[in-house]
Amino acid sequence: MSPPDLGFFIICALAIIGLAYEAFTQPTAFVQVSIFGLADGAMYALVALGYTMVYGIIELINFAHGDVFTMGAYIGTAILGFFSFNENSFTAINLVALLVVFPVVMLVMGAINIGIERIAYRPLRNAPRLAPLITAIGMSFVLEGVMFLWHGPATVHVPDLLPHGPGFQTTIGGVFIGFKDVFVVVTAAILVTLLAIFINRTRLGKAMRATAQDRDAAQLMGIDINRTIAATFFIGALLAGAGGMIWGLYYNNIFYNLGFRTGLVAFTAAVFGGIGNIPGAAIGGVLIGLIAAYSDSYIGSKWTEVVIFGILIGVLVFRPTGLLGMRVPEK
Amino acid sequence: MALLQRRRMRDRDAMIYGVLLILALAFPATVLYATGSSALISQAGHAGTFVLLAIGLNVVVGFAGLLDLGYAAFFAIGAYTYALFASSQLDSSPLHHSFHLPFWLMIFVGMFVAAAAGVILGFPTLRLRGDYLAIVTLGFGEIVPQLSYNLPQWTGGINAIGGIDSPSLPAWITGPWAGANNIAIIRPDVCPVLGSSTKFAPCFSFGFDPIAFYVLIVIMIIGAVILVGNLHRSRLGRAWMAIREDEVAAAAMGINTVTTKLLAFAIGASFSGFAGAYYGASFGLVSPDQFLFLVSVTVLVMVVLGGMGSIAGVIVGALVIYFVLNSILPQLPSTVESLANTFGLNSLNVQNGDWPGLAQETQRVSFLVYGLILVLMMLLRPQGIFPSRVREQELKHAAVQEDEAAVEAAHAG
Amino acid sequence: MSERPVVSENILELTSLTKRFGGLLAVDNVSLHIKRGEVFALIGPNGAGKTTLFNNVTGLFQPTSGRVVFDGRDITGSKPHEVARLGIARTFQNIRLFSYMSCLDNVRVGRHVRMHAKLWDSLFKLPSERHEEERVTQEAMDLLRFVGIAQQANQYARNLPYGQQRRLEIARALATDPKLLLLDEPAAGFTPQEKVELMALVGKILERGVTVFLIEHDMKVVMGISQRIVVLDHGEKIAEGAPDEVRKDARVIEAYLGKSA
Repeated sequence: MSPPDLGFFIICALAIIGLAYEAFTQPTAFVQVSIFGLADGAMYALVALGYTMVYGIIELINFAHGDVFTMGAYIGTAILGFFSFNENSFTAINLVALLVVFPVVMLVMGAINIGIERIAYRPLRNAPRLAPLITAIGMSFVLEGVMFLWHGPATVHVPDLLPHGPGFQTTIGGVFIGFKDVFVVVTAAILVTLLAIFINRTRLGKAMRATAQDRDAAQLMGIDINRTIAATFFIGALLAGAGGMIWGLYYNNIFYNLGFRTGLVAFTAAVFGGIGNIPGAAIGGVLIGLIAAYSDSYIGSKWTEVVIFGILIGVLVFRPTGLLGMRVPEK
Repeated sequence: MALLQRRRMRDRDAMIYGVLLILALAFPATVLYATGSSALISQAGHAGTFVLLAIGLNVVVGFAGLLDLGYAAFFAIGAYTYALFASSQLDSSPLHHSFHLPFWLMIFVGMFVAAAAGVILGFPTLRLRGDYLAIVTLGFGEIVPQLSYNLPQWTGGINAIGGIDSPSLPAWITGPWAGANNIAIIRPDVCPVLGSSTKFAPCFSFGFDPIAFYVLIVIMIIGAVILVGNLHRSRLGRAWMAIREDEVAAAAMGINTVTTKLLAFAIGASFSGFAGAYYGASFGLVSPDQFLFLVSVTVLVMVVLGGMGSIAGVIVGALVIYFVLNSILPQLPSTVESLANTFGLNSLNVQNGDWPGLAQETQRVSFLVYGLILVLMMLLRPQGIFPSRVREQELKHAAVQEDEAAVEAAHAG
Repeated sequence: MSERPVVSENILELTSLTKRFGGLLAVDNVSLHIKRGEVFALIGPNGAGKTTLFNNVTGLFQPTSGRVVFDGRDITGSKPHEVARLGIARTFQNIRLFSYMSCLDNVRVGRHVRMHAKLWDSLFKLPSERHEEERVTQEAMDLLRFVGIAQQANQYARNLPYGQQRRLEIARALATDPKLLLLDEPAAGFTPQEKVELMALVGKILERGVTVFLIEHDMKVVMGISQRIVVLDHGEKIAEGAPDEVRKDARVIEAYLGKSA
């Protein structure tokens, strides 16, 4: 074992020992924190998938992706404005609103993301590598600017229409579990499963994997590269839009630059799972959510960002292929 | 023909340098006589900091082809290095003892510390694929300001470090003989109080007069241009370009790609640290929110807009972006408001229900405008305003490739 | 040919060199030695592992097992830049020039490893650095003349016609002052006229005291300039010897023409 590997191993071991100690001495609190972390992690996973898919296929860090996530929540909130429902009780109209808002938000975000790819990235596919990165940052500012223009700098309230309150929560052995926590995890799990089926079973999914492997070869095999890349952006935005909507319903508060930090954390998750590796991004998202929750509780929330980006650097330095990475970096 | 082209290139750069130098020299006097205030000179000094940053980042991005997304972190390291050891900040730290080390020493210490941080960060990363450096620097750029927020007992946290010492000129310039007969360029005792100086000549002292900082930054930029230009046309500069062009072939020619890339990265970081120390001294205040991701992005945009690899172009890019961000965008609301008045649309300027008033609305748009500028700029002129000749051809080549690909596809189909 | 004291008769010795990629044996237990001052050719059908063998010698790949001894020194597992410093230079099968640098700069990059300017010398353009730059520019021009493309010195490498790019790559490799020059299919895509010129150029390179180790498909070139030949097939050495012996070898004929022949 080389010294860097050893150092990495020791840090991981210390973290695990610390967590085990907490889990042993205060099991209730530990499980509670884990549940919150799991819910957050499920949302990070949805965003991380978009990063990893786009990176896998055109090697672009799509900075605008975090803002696509936020935009999903903004648009969803606007759609929910058409419904009138009572936030304090769950009625049929809430269910209808939920059933309407998810597909609409996802499709709208998918369309927007295809537009972004078409306008800002495709013309630069053969330009120097930095050019699309700058437009990605520019698009991120544009999206944030649009949301700022729309609702200003203040936080926006998202209607609390998921079932909540007494009757929709339970306490098992001192651990509080709300319907919302379950909803977030289950919805994310369903979406990720659908994605996995799509990637592995459909023609387009296979084309995406082939293009990610070797774009030129895929083109020679008759795969329409432009269409495949557009599809990647579309699917990434479906997930991010849904993620944003879930975030909004879970926390009931969103703001115009929410996507910046969430995006970076989700990106870290993607790197954590091995960038370009789709199951890796999902697992990475959950792990980052858990780590963030543990850090919030046991270290202090002001250190969470340092912990997460410290992990980002640590993983790249010591485990450049990610924890589950399959892509071996050349030189 | 190529020779001719190269000649023209050098002429173009020489012309840009000439124009910039004349502007830099004429600027302070013009501003003072025109506006009667030195506020613009102070802003120009601030812009100069960004020019210095852009020149440094150009070594990393333009010459060696590495992507650094956390450049502001090294800027912060330089600024804090100076601020901590040239203010009373450490009195209230667990150390209970403050230092007031001289600026002329600390600016090099700041440079060195930033370079060391660059080496520590770059060494393990540069062995890996190019993108990894971008991601690692991005993370580092987030961590550094966060650390300074989180360690208020050392850095003052959100309250910032204020009261940072101004540089003092050495005694052989400021001694009693210096201003014996009315030249008085350097005599602090005859200088008026802060900010009230309206004439160029009589007062040249840091802390009193932005002109002193202005002169200092102009000198530092000229020095940087000469030194970086020297590197560009040297053994090391060629090695950087070779790595940018083809890393495998560069290694096969005996270039140690890891150390060579590390050198570019560390030199870039040292520029940032150097500029940071200057910034701390000239601004007098250092706080974590001066070093956020936006700063890294801005400097990167300056480099890319100016034309990667071309030093003269990068300077112009830095000035243009600085001007857009600090003059055009902030003035946009009042300009729009007065325009509306001129055209008899006064009603737009009044707040009305959801409508916050035109000025307010325009201010909200400015972020969006910046984003649009970035996107349009890249789409319309991805090679920058003044690309180095190399990059220009590369793009043409890319266009050619696209044509070829299209032809091939047509044949295949 | 070489004036320098001879340490060992062989400039390069490969002992049981093996390179495995997953389940694929790209180079299978190959041993060979190259004598100082000779032209040694490596031939074999496509995919026989010739370039992989080159990559193992130049440090681009780490051999799975076996030893590479260059000039009496074990260089197994050395990094590419260390190998270049010790005196092995190479060209690439699909030309890898620094496309957006001038021809002159390409050759000057080749000189890098024999230059001494440190960061400070370059930063402040110290006299020693300036002299070195002048000298290196002279040497680079001499090399461009040597391969016959001095007129193109200020052209971008990518703007040269194909044949001249191959020459430039040789000039760049020679700039590192190699003792051993590895040429990977130097005549690929050449006209008969260009092949003759290439053979003459290899002769001139030998006169400089450089040993030449080449991969080549064109049998006229191989038979015309090399003293000894090794034939690889499926990563294995199937024949070795003087051109006339190899030409008659049954296994070689079989490898090239298939069993039916």
